[in-house]
Amino acid sequence: MSSFRLDAGGLVNRSDALSFSFDGKSFTGFSGDTLASALLANDQMLVGRSFKYHRPRGVVTAGSAEPNALVTVGAGARAEPNARATMVELHSGLSAVSQNRFPSLKHDFGAVNGLLSPFLGAGFYYKTFMWPKPFWEKVYEPLIRRAAGLGKVTLAADPDRYEKSWAHCDLLVVGGGPAGLMAALAAARAGARVILADEGFRFGGSMLSETVTIGGLPAQDFVRQTIEELATLANVTLMPRTTVFGWYDDMVFGAVERVQKHVSQPSADLPMERLWRIVARRAILSSGAEERPLVFGGNDRPGVMTANAARTYLNRYGVAVGSRVAVFTNGGSGYRTASDLVARGIEVTAIVDARQTAQDTVPDGVRVIRNGSIISTKGRHRLSGIITARSGFEEVISCDALAMSGGWSPIVHLMCQRGAKPVWSDEAQGFMAPDVGAGFVAAGSAAGVERLSDCLRDGAAKGAASAAALGFAPYDVNTPDVEGEYDPSFAPLWYVPGARDKAFVDFQNDVAVSDLGLSQREGFSHIEHTKRYTTAGMATDQGKLGNVATIGIVAGMRGVSPAEIGTTTFRPFYTPVSFGALAGAERAEHLRPVRTSPLHGWAKKNGASFVESGLWYRSAWFVRAGETGWRESVDREVRAVREAVGICDVSTLGKIEIFGSGAAEFLNRIYSNSFLKLPVGKARYGLMLREDGMVSDDGTTSRLSDSHYVMTTTTAYAGEVLAHMEFAAQTFWPDLDVRFVSTSDQWAQMSIAGPKARVVLSRIVEDDISAQALPLLGARTVTLKGGLQARLFRISFSGELAFELAVPAGYGESVADALMDAGRDAGITAYGVEALNVLRIEKGFVTHSELDGRTTADDVGLGRMMAMQKPDFIGKRLSTRFGLTAADRLQLVGLKPVEIDKEFKAGAHLLKENATPSMANDQGFVSSVCHSPTLGHCIGLAMLKSGRERLGERIHVWDGLRGTDVVAEVCSPVFVDPDATRLHL
Amino acid sequence: MKLWEGLEQDFNYNAMISQRGIVNLFHSDGQRDEYARRGNGMRIHGVDAELLDRDEVRRMMPYLNFDHARFPILGGLYQKRAGTARHDAVAWGYARGADMRGVDLIQHCEVTGIRRENGVVTGVETTKGFIGCNKLALAAAGHTTTVGRMADLQLPIETHVLQAFVSEGLKPAIDHVITYGAGHFYISQSDKGGLVFGADIDYYSSYAQRGNLATVEHTIEEGVGLIPGLSRAKVLRAWGGVMDMSMDGSPIIDRTSIDNLYLNCGWCYGGFKATPASGFCFAHLIAKNESHHVSRFMRLDRFERGHMIDEGGKGPQPNLH
Amino acid sequence: MASLITCPHCGVRPKEEFSIRGAAGPVRPSPSARQEVWHAYAYVRDNPKGRYQEYWHHAGGCRRWLVVDRDNVTHAVFAVIDATEWHKTAGSRI
Repeated sequence: MSSFRLDAGGLVNRSDALSFSFDGKSFTGFSGDTLASALLANDQMLVGRSFKYHRPRGVVTAGSAEPNALVTVGAGARAEPNARATMVELHSGLSAVSQNRFPSLKHDFGAVNGLLSPFLGAGFYYKTFMWPKPFWEKVYEPLIRRAAGLGKVTLAADPDRYEKSWAHCDLLVVGGGPAGLMAALAAARAGARVILADEGFRFGGSMLSETVTIGGLPAQDFVRQTIEELATLANVTLMPRTTVFGWYDDMVFGAVERVQKHVSQPSADLPMERLWRIVARRAILSSGAEERPLVFGGNDRPGVMTANAARTYLNRYGVAVGSRVAVFTNGGSGYRTASDLVARGIEVTAIVDARQTAQDTVPDGVRVIRNGSIISTKGRHRLSGIITARSGFEEVISCDALAMSGGWSPIVHLMCQRGAKPVWSDEAQGFMAPDVGAGFVAAGSAAGVERLSDCLRDGAAKGAASAAALGFAPYDVNTPDVEGEYDPSFAPLWYVPGARDKAFVDFQNDVAVSDLGLSQREGFSHIEHTKRYTTAGMATDQGKLGNVATIGIVAGMRGVSPAEIGTTTFRPFYTPVSFGALAGAERAEHLRPVRTSPLHGWAKKNGASFVESGLWYRSAWFVRAGETGWRESVDREVRAVREAVGICDVSTLGKIEIFGSGAAEFLNRIYSNSFLKLPVGKARYGLMLREDGMVSDDGTTSRLSDSHYVMTTTTAYAGEVLAHMEFAAQTFWPDLDVRFVSTSDQWAQMSIAGPKARVVLSRIVEDDISAQALPLLGARTVTLKGGLQARLFRISFSGELAFELAVPAGYGESVADALMDAGRDAGITAYGVEALNVLRIEKGFVTHSELDGRTTADDVGLGRMMAMQKPDFIGKRLSTRFGLTAADRLQLVGLKPVEIDKEFKAGAHLLKENATPSMANDQGFVSSVCHSPTLGHCIGLAMLKSGRERLGERIHVWDGLRGTDVVAEVCSPVFVDPDATRLHL
Repeated sequence: MKLWEGLEQDFNYNAMISQRGIVNLFHSDGQRDEYARRGNGMRIHGVDAELLDRDEVRRMMPYLNFDHARFPILGGLYQKRAGTARHDAVAWGYARGADMRGVDLIQHCEVTGIRRENGVVTGVETTKGFIGCNKLALAAAGHTTTVGRMADLQLPIETHVLQAFVSEGLKPAIDHVITYGAGHFYISQSDKGGLVFGADIDYYSSYAQRGNLATVEHTIEEGVGLIPGLSRAKVLRAWGGVMDMSMDGSPIIDRTSIDNLYLNCGWCYGGFKATPASGFCFAHLIAKNESHHVSRFMRLDRFERGHMIDEGGKGPQPNLH
Repeated sequence: MASLITCPHCGVRPKEEFSIRGAAGPVRPSPSARQEVWHAYAYVRDNPKGRYQEYWHHAGGCRRWLVVDRDNVTHAVFAVIDATEWHKTAGSRI
């Protein structure tokens, strides 16, 4: 047995054994374990395969920078690929499988890539696989794709819930280690509202792995005591399992809380994860420091890990990572790990120290090789020995684990996400947090502070200072004394020369020192180019572990200081965030809000099929017993309107109430046609342009009193029209007295259309609605039988005698029911937007199919609505440009097939007779098409070059996409009742 | 497209061009008509296009949300030869190809001024010194205005930030390029396994090259809305890049008011896919001093003359394009 | 700026409540102004890198149009002013 659980010790609950599986094999761990510590306790060091060469890989860290121990956790729709075993909290029944191997972790065919590695260096994709040409897509690319990638994404819908929240605080503390805990405590005692977030499931950070005493207590007890105090303070919110992943403008932080990832049986009442947007007045980054791996030949052998990881597994989890451990270090960390191992009875076979001299305490009986190096390692799936070299003398030292330490790098990621770059420090031999202002400061080892006692002090001081800066009374925090701490300082060592095997800087992406050299030779020497060419730092750990070494090595290769090389750009996310958390509850049917009309229930009980229209659900058609297809229903509905009476829900139209003494003038400027003289009691069709002269929307506006109008817009543009009018009123003409309010949701509106419309309507209206009392375009308030006040407009979108009746939303369904009863003998028929569309195409009325933002009023035959005599209206001035008035513009026409049984579809293009399909011959396109039950054949509206001059011409309706080519006659867009006699009934 | 197809052999470099096909999904009858019009337009121009119905899309991409979508998928416009390329390799390949043909590439060399004499450009001032020239071509994307101002150009451009994202490496799962018609979301999978995706710009003017969280959320909501099975995968990295948004959503490849100064800009967020064609037309313009017929509508003065292209019909508000 | 906006009427509100229109600099010309002036108004943009005034609409709040005066590189906000006020106090403009 190599790695194993010690008999005692660690922060695991040995009375709570948890069973779990890895690659189908059952294991047991304890609560308090991570998946990684539990695997190591079961001697499972080999946990994954690398990306390119499929080399066997083991656990390297005990934290979120882990590049190797990526596993898929869970099964079926709950499977999460690329979970870091070092961060996965063990729970009963957890199942994990290794990734990027076939057929199994121990026997992976992909490992053949390792043998080919001389040909697969950095940039190999770009220079090879070129010839023969067709081979790239047919042979090479599929192979590369299959070999690449890590875990499998399930592609099945997630059964769990997610949610999002906002949180506000005076001080956000990111990271609950020594500095973070003290900062939170100091600020909280001063009275500040503090949020303390930590990516781990237990607060304490490095103190959880310490053997020191703090304030006379073992470190772990000190942590517990501090957390207990924080938990009692009402102004403190503790957020464990919460990763602050991004720092955004205005001190807004993005964080993700893993609410139930560690639970065997997730509750349906809780989200799986929760996204937090934390608004902080100030923030402290106390995210600690990352121990750097050393870069030497064979440094990726399973069993090689950071000294800090080895110590964490030992002290926090009670797990020995090996029974004969070697150490390779350039500073105090290696010695400290060796001491702790020896103290727990683990054999340390040697400490290889790259330095000539060192003051660190050597544990009794342990051999130290000073000025030493490791040039290669032995073992296949597990380290079996190291080859050390000193002054040309090579020696094999047997061991089953190697704890390495290349010094420390402050974790400054968050502070660098908004453009500031980390600053190189020669003294600390690392990149330090940049100065981003007093609002966000680093503390503890994230700020380059080395010793534990200093981190505690630094955290307390910065927490207190933050609270004071926010106006809270100063509160002195006594920093406890630390006994038994060590000196973690180190001498720089970027690269260990003499490597006999690949020396990796990026484990997951298999980037070795030789690749860095190649990129320099080939001119990819800027660090951003080096990164992209070699993919160093582009793996799931985003270079947390290896980037500083990469920079150091490239600096060495070029003979300059790392300061001159600089870092690559830091960008969100600090660690990867699930799509689920970022999507929250906005998914599936809940992706966007649903709007339903007040007549939705009425439509439903009358057999409506609904169709999505923006956020709305509108009734498309109403099926009756015996009808077999939608066309049958629509044809019946259209005939009913033309021959008797129909009722249609038009509540989704935008409705805007307009008030004020300046309203008439305002409307006159906002519409292209005249509105100044619209009399009270009348409606008028209006055309709205954009300032560039194109039509933006149309609708009717009715004058209900001298200073009160009601406007309708199209369903789709209701929001835009209101915003546009508010913009015009507030910025162009603030002196006009005009106010708006949207009442789209306050009114249920129905169109009653057809020759029998008046007869039916008069049965429920008290007032006289005869042609004399309510002429065409009349608009007035009426009283319905029973006393309800309603608005009645005599407007038509079907060409028939028609009314639009508006009642307060809550009465909508009752009124519609009453109309259905009143019209039963007249054959009243509910019709939907499909029939509405047919009716308007038959009449040549335009919608946004024609008004697509690229048409002028004249293009669609509404040139007469450009009241150019008005001094000003929006769109007037730029509508006179040459391109907008050119004779060869596309103009609205009608189309009917020459052979009457032929059909064409919208989206077809128009070609001159006998012309071949080409750019030069393209004459326009078909915008709207329907089968006209009134005429008994297909009709269409089209935009055709100089169309109005070409009535009677034959033209090809060419639809290459759908393989049809129909000859049609260009005709007037008004197919039915061209003299509009029916409107005036 | 044909230029893309011959590009790698042209510069002897594998840009990992992968013609895996693009599907633009549509979600309403109106959108289908619009896409049909576009597809027929493509065919008329000699470009392949197919209109897929819902079942055909479902066969190709069974993982899309067909059963619980807020905006149902009705079908898609399919261009088989479209695809992806490794963007760095495209840049490097061009650099290599240009270098082989005798072009001097000067990196880390910022242009700080444009020198003019008698109304024509004579060269540029740079952080590495003066470079004289007979003709000057500007192709500075999001920084077009800044560079153009050095020659007193006033341009119909607003600079906006667009975010792009990549997920952790995953085994091959998504074999096409997909665009979502009920929003701006697009997605494909790189050969390395990362899902590459994005959606809207952040909507405000910005040169900051970083994005805001609300847009991140919005993008990923659309992504999970379209592909529910992404929920448990993880997003690795987000970029913010500056875009030269034009006033009609279409690019400008044209001469300027200065005789020997040429302009290629306004690609909004669609420039990469046009790289070879854009370069080809620009080179034609510079060499012959007249527009290539493909880019003849991409004139700088089209707004003044009223010949906007405006495929989206949004008018002169750049953040809507 | 990109996360929170301090609306002069509603206080600090998340960006999601606003919609953004574009540069507030161009002023709508008089109807009789020359075509070039109108063209410049509708199509030409200073697009400066740095201090920038932009129209934001508090669509999910008070429905007022605001001018956000800010830096488009650092995203620092100098002021948020009701657009009507901003147009009235032309003298205080940057």
